[in-house]
Amino acid sequence: MGLIYLDHLSGTPLHPRVKEAMIDCIQNVFGNPVSDHQVGQRAAALLEKARAQVAALINADPSEIVFESCGTESVNHAIKGVAIGLREKGRRIITTNIEHKSVLNSLRTLRLLDYQVTSLDVDQYGLVDPAQVEKAITPDTILVSVMLANNEIGTIEPVADIARICKKHKVIFHTDAVDAVGVIPVDVQELGVDLLSLAANQFYGPPGVGALYIRKGTPVWPLLDGGAQENKRRAGTENLFGIVGMGVAAEVAQEEMPERLPRITRLRDKLRDGLKARIPDIIINGHPTRCLPHLLSVSIKYIEGESLMLMLDEEGIEVATRSACASGSLRASHVLIATGLDFATAQGTLLFSLGRDTTEAEIDRVLEVMPPIVQTLREMSPLYKKAQ
Amino acid sequence: MAYSEIVMDHFKNPRNVGEIPDADGVGEVGNPVCGDMMNVYIKVRDNVIEDVKFKTFGCGAAIAVSSMITTLAKGKTLEEAMKITNKDVAEALGGLPKNKLHCSNLGADALHAAIKNYLDRKAGKIPDLAKDREEHIKGGGAEGCYCPYCHKEALEEAPFCLFCGAEIPHEHDH
Repeated sequence: MGLIYLDHLSGTPLHPRVKEAMIDCIQNVFGNPVSDHQVGQRAAALLEKARAQVAALINADPSEIVFESCGTESVNHAIKGVAIGLREKGRRIITTNIEHKSVLNSLRTLRLLDYQVTSLDVDQYGLVDPAQVEKAITPDTILVSVMLANNEIGTIEPVADIARICKKHKVIFHTDAVDAVGVIPVDVQELGVDLLSLAANQFYGPPGVGALYIRKGTPVWPLLDGGAQENKRRAGTENLFGIVGMGVAAEVAQEEMPERLPRITRLRDKLRDGLKARIPDIIINGHPTRCLPHLLSVSIKYIEGESLMLMLDEEGIEVATRSACASGSLRASHVLIATGLDFATAQGTLLFSLGRDTTEAEIDRVLEVMPPIVQTLREMSPLYKKAQ
Repeated sequence: MAYSEIVMDHFKNPRNVGEIPDADGVGEVGNPVCGDMMNVYIKVRDNVIEDVKFKTFGCGAAIAVSSMITTLAKGKTLEEAMKITNKDVAEALGGLPKNKLHCSNLGADALHAAIKNYLDRKAGKIPDLAKDREEHIKGGGAEGCYCPYCHKEALEEAPFCLFCGAEIPHEHDH
């Protein structure tokens, strides 16, 4: 068995059809979509085709899609764009304690510019209470940003409910849907959101390209200033190769989702139940049912996540760890702490994310290899001894 | 992050794992709140570290450091062992990634704590290991993190103060 890749949240491989379309584009297309000559217009046609493909994936109008350089840029654009666009109207922004760093750090910057931020608590599953959002809305609130699905524990937030509340109070609502779009059905009309961020490398498109859905009439100031690209909403020459890849990836995601969803869910459930049965003192993070189908976050008591991840890597099993140890800081994951995990347990967390190529044999292999590794590390741990 | 071959070897095949039930000295440092915790046990005969074992909760580097420090200490006199520095451990491991250098501190600290514990016992001082252990597990930061700029309480994991927006240097974050 080759490498078992279970870290699709960090990035998916290119879908063969995406690869094909991108290679074709690289070999046959150049030119700038803003040029009015034939070469430019050919590029423009591809750009608009991709826009329609991405729009279709989330049930938006193509004119409401702005291409960005990644999910992070999309989030920055949404949050800072509204903050600048509505700076005269108000200065308060509401968010949650479990958002992605792109949200947290965009708000950090805005704090320095005298914006105020209300950050809401979540429950043990990582769920935000829509009633708390409504309570937090003040007359000077201009934006609410709550993620659609959490990138560390997979919990799917009640975004449609929150969007309704925001609409009632005439507050703009943004959702970071980077980890959900292309994985589960996402419909901007059903959700009722004003702004939604997505990224191609979560659904078998290339890295380095994302998009922001901007509902018609939403006042969002550009993040990148310059020319008239993207209907004056995002200046800079478009990354055409990447965007073409994202378009095809969106189309493929829509086609494959009905077959993929139940299969991946079943494999994830098998992994979850298998680990639970084989490893004592293991905690499954996130909501038991309202969660992304391809993600599994487990915290294993008495051991630290990075050493477990390295041992699995030696066996050809690639997973992620949210033990902050790996990111150069020793902080435990802010998401896990927000759900009430203690620091030591949060350090022992592994994050599995399955993909369209994941097989039953691969899950069987993980279930076979992982328990003895956990035991080896536990035998080495002073905390394990004390727990006995 | 890239670990050297020596680090990976000591991580995958750690030397001297375990405890010594009738150890002459025990050193416990770190705490799980910060991500690493290391216990070192020594058996001393004629001023020489005759046997040494460790138990560690931590990342790959922390386990490799534990393995290396016990390898370096075995057979050394107490004076020689006290002179083993963090730098010696990191060098013996072929270097550590910059953000993992703190793990090597833990190794030397645990060894030195074990020696000190042995000397204390020998001098008739009764070490209160239970109390130490309690502190290690709970962590020293009982009063919590606070923003040094506006002196408001801060969440442990917050990268910046929720009140004034300043970066918060956490004490366990170096």
